[in-house]
Amino acid sequence: MTAEQGVFIFTSFLTLFSGYMTVTRTNLVHSALFLVVALFGVAVIFVLLDAGFLAVVQVLVYIGAIAILMIFAVMLTRGNVTDEQESVSPFFGWALLLAALFAFALIVMLGQWQDVAAQAPALSAERNTVAELGAALVSPEAYVIPFEVASVLLLAALIGALVVARPQKKKR
Amino acid sequence: MQNTWLFIGIFIAVAAVFPLLPIVLAAFVAPRKPNPIKLDTYECGIETVGDTWVQFKVQYYIYALVFLVFDIEAAFLFPWAVAFDALPLFAVLEGVLFILILVGGLLYAWRKGALEWS
Amino acid sequence: MSFWQDPIGFLGEIIRNFLFNLLPEAWATFIFTLLSVVIVASFGLIIVIFLIWVERKIAARFQDRLGPNRAGPYGLLQTFADIVKLITKEDVVPEKADKLTFNIAPILSVVAVLLIWAVVPFAPGWIGTDLNVGVLYIAAVGSFGILSILMAGWSSNNKYALLGAFRAVAQLISYEVPMLITLMVPVLLARSMGMMEMVQDQDVWFIVLAPVSGLIFMVSSIAEVGRTPFDLLEAESEIVAGYHTEYTGMKFGLFFAGEFLHAFTVGVLFAIFFLGGWRGPGAEEYRLLGMVYLMLKGFLGYFIVMWVRSTLPRIRIDHMLALNWKFLTPVSLSLLVLTAILDKIYGETALRIPALLAGNAVVLLLGYLIMRAVSRRQTKERPTFKKRPVAKPA
Repeated sequence: MTAEQGVFIFTSFLTLFSGYMTVTRTNLVHSALFLVVALFGVAVIFVLLDAGFLAVVQVLVYIGAIAILMIFAVMLTRGNVTDEQESVSPFFGWALLLAALFAFALIVMLGQWQDVAAQAPALSAERNTVAELGAALVSPEAYVIPFEVASVLLLAALIGALVVARPQKKKR
Repeated sequence: MQNTWLFIGIFIAVAAVFPLLPIVLAAFVAPRKPNPIKLDTYECGIETVGDTWVQFKVQYYIYALVFLVFDIEAAFLFPWAVAFDALPLFAVLEGVLFILILVGGLLYAWRKGALEWS
Repeated sequence: MSFWQDPIGFLGEIIRNFLFNLLPEAWATFIFTLLSVVIVASFGLIIVIFLIWVERKIAARFQDRLGPNRAGPYGLLQTFADIVKLITKEDVVPEKADKLTFNIAPILSVVAVLLIWAVVPFAPGWIGTDLNVGVLYIAAVGSFGILSILMAGWSSNNKYALLGAFRAVAQLISYEVPMLITLMVPVLLARSMGMMEMVQDQDVWFIVLAPVSGLIFMVSSIAEVGRTPFDLLEAESEIVAGYHTEYTGMKFGLFFAGEFLHAFTVGVLFAIFFLGGWRGPGAEEYRLLGMVYLMLKGFLGYFIVMWVRSTLPRIRIDHMLALNWKFLTPVSLSLLVLTAILDKIYGETALRIPALLAGNAVVLLLGYLIMRAVSRRQTKERPTFKKRPVAKPA
């Protein structure tokens, strides 16, 4: 087992563990902090996949903005951040069975795929992947329409959120 | 890839250890005399009244929201900036259009008073 | 390369050969990387000790007094004395505080600042690691610092700490927007996010090509650090000590040291992005000179930070946020647009410098005119007091 595989296994366990803790903790702020750890684990996996830019954007956007938004929401809206009792769904057993079935199906399908253990071809070091991404984002043959639609989507999200959260305007 | 990011990984570990050293040292050296008044929450020298919570002020949330939108915008624009050489003027203008749409959003927030700290 | 031309590279080769002959490759890589990490991290920490002394001396001179001059010659050992004092203070953890979060917060705060030093280019070839996304990495690492403030404020279980933490985070995330946008301008001009390339591309220092962006970067970075005039977070008369009210002893010391290191890092980053980093006469040949240049320019940036701190009064939080969202963000966005368009048109030609300077001047002029018009209108709308009879002695 190479060092890279070791790091991957450790990170996966860390991410899964943090995900589990996120949903099971009664103290919501603890949940949010475990979520931050899980998101950081995902960033590490991006690094292992040679996607340094995505890893950095993950930390910048998810941990730097979204997690902080969630923590604000939790800390501001609850006087007491601890739930009174553990909220476990009454259908826990059925959910577990369904999840196990899906996992089994996934493993069987992946096992049938010949290339599952193949290494991805290593990117040659001269390729400037970020520049290629940038060029692809604005090139008319590639992703320019989704790029502009993304900005409109962001605008819509901003306006929508402001409409919902707008402070009541005081008459002067 | 490996070596560049490996440096960062080890750096995180080492950078986490360095501040721990003085704290551990302090744990040995510093006195430890707890008493209930010292351990109580500080409120300008008087007793605390009520739970520890902060008045809900939607303004904090709105700032975080607008920041989130501009953060994602920056994440999209950085590759555009890096690929600048390979882009014709038209592509540069597309990026400018992206920015202008979000400037429109900022203006909306401004006019609706969402950026006031009231 | 001889020793004098490239000391670190020379020693690095020797150690690397030694290690790779001795151990299997994975271990050798690991230990070599560990050594370089320890060197870079120690550099950051050792410089803090010197920095605190510099800060106190210079702040004192601005205030027409001497600063520390008793502990050691010229007060040089003052920081050591302070460290010893802080270590021997009792570490009071409030009873109802959330222990784990309370303890992690100061460490995370220091880690967030130290991590920036991993990508600082000291000289040609001397860099911790030349990530191809170095600039965005710096912005991402800042978000850990913001998280540590939230953790510190909340885990103290103290209304004022929490309130202070919220206001601090509101300020920090607001000022991150113009910082990100003005960071995009050097990236655009250098066509790369890598830190080494950023410096290598500065045949003309970027402060000449984008002066107003540099200024906005400096302003928003000062706000990111939490220094006057933006130091509402620690203003004693406002909310006690803000988010680190409940921290004692060395943990408080860590927050304190982290802030100083962050301020110096801001100076160094300003030097890298806008003042040409390690570039200077003879830097490519004698690499140590490059590092000297960077440190000099970094200290210049740090001096500017200290100068501003000693000169300007504290801004109120609503003014501060209004400045950010209504002035810095639109101006930096318009600068980005203008720089992008002008650099595309004139980038390869000799007209690059004049065109970009003209663009900056136009934005500055427009900004000034708009501000003047707005402030005039606000002056007219300000409520005036009715004239009252002047008190006369009876």
